[in-house]
Amino acid sequence: MSAVADTHAQDHHHGPAKGFSRWLLTTNHKDIGTMYLIFSFAMFLLGGTMAMVIRAELFQPGLQIVQPEFFNQMTTMHGLIMVFGAVMPAFVGLANWMLPLMIGAPDMALPRMNNWSFWLLPCAFLILVSTLFMEGGAPNFGWTFYAPLSTTYGPPSTTFFIFAVHIMGISSIMGAINVIATILNLRAPGMTLMKMPLFVWTWLITAFLLIAVMPVLAGVVTMMLMDINFGTSFFDASGGGDPVLFQHVFWFFGHPEVYIMILPAFGAVSHIIPAFSRKPLFGYASMVYAVGAIALLSFVVWAHHMFTVGIPIAGQLFFMYATMLIAVPTGVKVFNWVATMFRGALSFEAPMLFAVAFVILFTIGGFSGLMLAIAPADFQYHDTYFVVAHFHYVLVPGAIFGIFASAYFWLPKWTGHMYDETLAQTHFWLSFIGMNLAFFPMHFLGLAGMPRRIPDYALQFADFNMVSSVGAFMFGATQLLFLFIVVKCVRGGKAAAAQPWDGAEGLEWTVPSPAPYHTFATPPEVK
Amino acid sequence: MRVHAQRAGALLGGLMFPAVSLADWTLNMTPGVTGTSNEIFSLHMIILWICVAIGVVVFGVMFWSIFAHRKSQGYKPANFHENTLVEILWTIIPFVILVVMAIPATATLVDMYDTTESDVDIKVTGYQWKWQYEYIDEDFGYFSNLSTPRDQINNRQAKGKNYLLEVDNPLIIPVGKKVRFLVTANDVIHSWWVPAFGVKKDAIPGFINETWTRVDEPGTYRGQCTELCGKDHGFMPVVVKAVPQEEYDTWVAEQKVAAEKERELTQKDWTMAELMERGEKAYQTACAACHQADGSGAPPAFPALKGSKIAIEDMAAHIDIVVNGKSGTAMQAFGNQLSEVDLAAVITYERNAWGNNTGEMVTPKEIFDYKNEQ
Repeated sequence: MSAVADTHAQDHHHGPAKGFSRWLLTTNHKDIGTMYLIFSFAMFLLGGTMAMVIRAELFQPGLQIVQPEFFNQMTTMHGLIMVFGAVMPAFVGLANWMLPLMIGAPDMALPRMNNWSFWLLPCAFLILVSTLFMEGGAPNFGWTFYAPLSTTYGPPSTTFFIFAVHIMGISSIMGAINVIATILNLRAPGMTLMKMPLFVWTWLITAFLLIAVMPVLAGVVTMMLMDINFGTSFFDASGGGDPVLFQHVFWFFGHPEVYIMILPAFGAVSHIIPAFSRKPLFGYASMVYAVGAIALLSFVVWAHHMFTVGIPIAGQLFFMYATMLIAVPTGVKVFNWVATMFRGALSFEAPMLFAVAFVILFTIGGFSGLMLAIAPADFQYHDTYFVVAHFHYVLVPGAIFGIFASAYFWLPKWTGHMYDETLAQTHFWLSFIGMNLAFFPMHFLGLAGMPRRIPDYALQFADFNMVSSVGAFMFGATQLLFLFIVVKCVRGGKAAAAQPWDGAEGLEWTVPSPAPYHTFATPPEVK
Repeated sequence: MRVHAQRAGALLGGLMFPAVSLADWTLNMTPGVTGTSNEIFSLHMIILWICVAIGVVVFGVMFWSIFAHRKSQGYKPANFHENTLVEILWTIIPFVILVVMAIPATATLVDMYDTTESDVDIKVTGYQWKWQYEYIDEDFGYFSNLSTPRDQINNRQAKGKNYLLEVDNPLIIPVGKKVRFLVTANDVIHSWWVPAFGVKKDAIPGFINETWTRVDEPGTYRGQCTELCGKDHGFMPVVVKAVPQEEYDTWVAEQKVAAEKERELTQKDWTMAELMERGEKAYQTACAACHQADGSGAPPAFPALKGSKIAIEDMAAHIDIVVNGKSGTAMQAFGNQLSEVDLAAVITYERNAWGNNTGEMVTPKEIFDYKNEQ
């Protein structure tokens, strides 16, 4: 996706530097966005490969391919890489590319910091991935790294993991500051807050969530660091500490984190559905308020991840009610999307296919979320494959389909070429079928009593695990097709018009395709 | 030719799908055998049907648009994009549905938290990777280990019916009685789950959680640890046998006698051969998961015992590490987990097995004195 052409069409600035230094030293939001997207896709393939190892081991009962120690490293690294390496950087990449174009700004507000926050990421992941080759292996305590399994009983590489999380956190916080500074200061004249595109709105709120919770994550890993290396006992009961404290602090970060991974997708889908419905988004204002409500509520529901740890009944009830309440603004969003489609003039190009699948499948993930919110029922669902099914339904067809939809939607703007529609639709259908085949049976497995994070299972779970593995292999292999489609689109294809989608609206479609290296040197006027 | 093809097919099928004949395609949660689990099941079904109903309406409208309002069929788009009344309606209606749902959920939760007036109290302690059950009022207790042979796990032997869901000593409880569980852990966090009871509680080191059940049907009920607790998290099942009261009373009496006998064994004079024999058995259940059956361990987390300094040189250090564990590592304190006899047997075994031919032995009496001095 390096086809940002130097057309000198709009201004008299210099073009991109040549060679490697262009990428290392760039402060251009488009270059940095491109690097974020490439990096996140590389991490997506790496984390996906680990998922393939997991599904291969679970293809049938018994231990065949890997031993339990390595299996636990795979589940841990898969989760960490997908959350921090694939989904979050992909959205930051989209933000870098699209926010300035959408608000009519020449670049991000803090371009040098932008460069730094990107280049910290490869360093962080180099450290994280290198733990696989260390004595004692990579982190093996799950992506939630509950103490004391991750402290007293963690492998020696845990300290490197903590360092990697710190660096990722710094990168995310700087990225978030940049997004807020850009949106609040660099909007084109006339673009009031309530005229901002929804992707800008959702990212603004996401950035505030990031600034609020990434320091909490940094805090909890620092407490771990102290417990492991400096003799403190934050989480060690034998020294007067409290293992449950870890979970409270972790999930105070962890629950807003899941909205950090989904809100930008909400924003992107709120552009794509109106574009291919040829009808304005229904209920713009209520969409903005709903995102705000979800973000606020996300701070007071964290203990629904901990219904079985033995919190008092008053706490249990509070967190159950608060969690159920989140269904209301989330429902409003879904209803608005459906109302947007209703009586539109629909067409189903790849971005729309992914966006519609997003709405349907994310809603299914929302339904299972509502079921999990019912505390007594959660005693049966908790830590089973039902939970695995739930969060993969919100993350794969939620976050990741949202990213695919965005990529196909904006690829013509980025590259100046139309992607291959037939291949893209093939990519969609194979992903759709593979994903459902992989994750839907996990609901049944969980309800039948299969715990999560086990390398081997009782015989009654064999059939659905096999189905699930087949679906996972199908989904995994299909993503290579996406790589092919993007490379093909970068290298050539039908020239894209400035406005390739007849229903799309927004400032990003007023600049030529591909977007020139520098855009909006003079701010546009928004009526 | 056809016969060969059939045989090859059967062989392939046998290799590929050894479990299919035993597996099933269960789709839903099962109601279980206790009042709590039945209440949970009905909550689960109510919320499931609510979700299905909302899904039918929302997706119904959506699919209607997808089929009827297509550009390719020349449909002209409308231009409406706001309606405050509709927004208010679809905020309030889901809210009311949720309030209705919260009422039975609250009632069930209050019931689940009522651990008062129990008839039997059992302390459940999670260890890496086994459960300990202590009958608080009766003064005896024991460990419950996975009994599935390693060969089945490693596919060298056909898998049995209760593969991975079977233990050497199941928990025994009387039917029709309120049994209170005090759940804790020795090392990392575990979680004790029996799906048929609707009971799941985290076992947390340093804390004691309470939960309870009342089982009305005699039978064997199986569950698993549900909180990631390290390498063998998938290999620490929970098996509970609910038996009639008389059978339970007889069993408790037997257990008390056996516990007394075990204590007497400490005073007996043990020979090297006896200790080695008992030591091998104790080693397999208590030590082999980490240090491996051949003493080779899995360094660096689990050091080898074969040829290790502690196991062939300093006897005092050897007794100390087995009895008191090593803090900051996965090496647990076995002083309270194993009897004096088993401690002596294991230490003797480790000092003489796999070529560690020290010829030294330690007797249960010496261990008893060692523990008393501490």
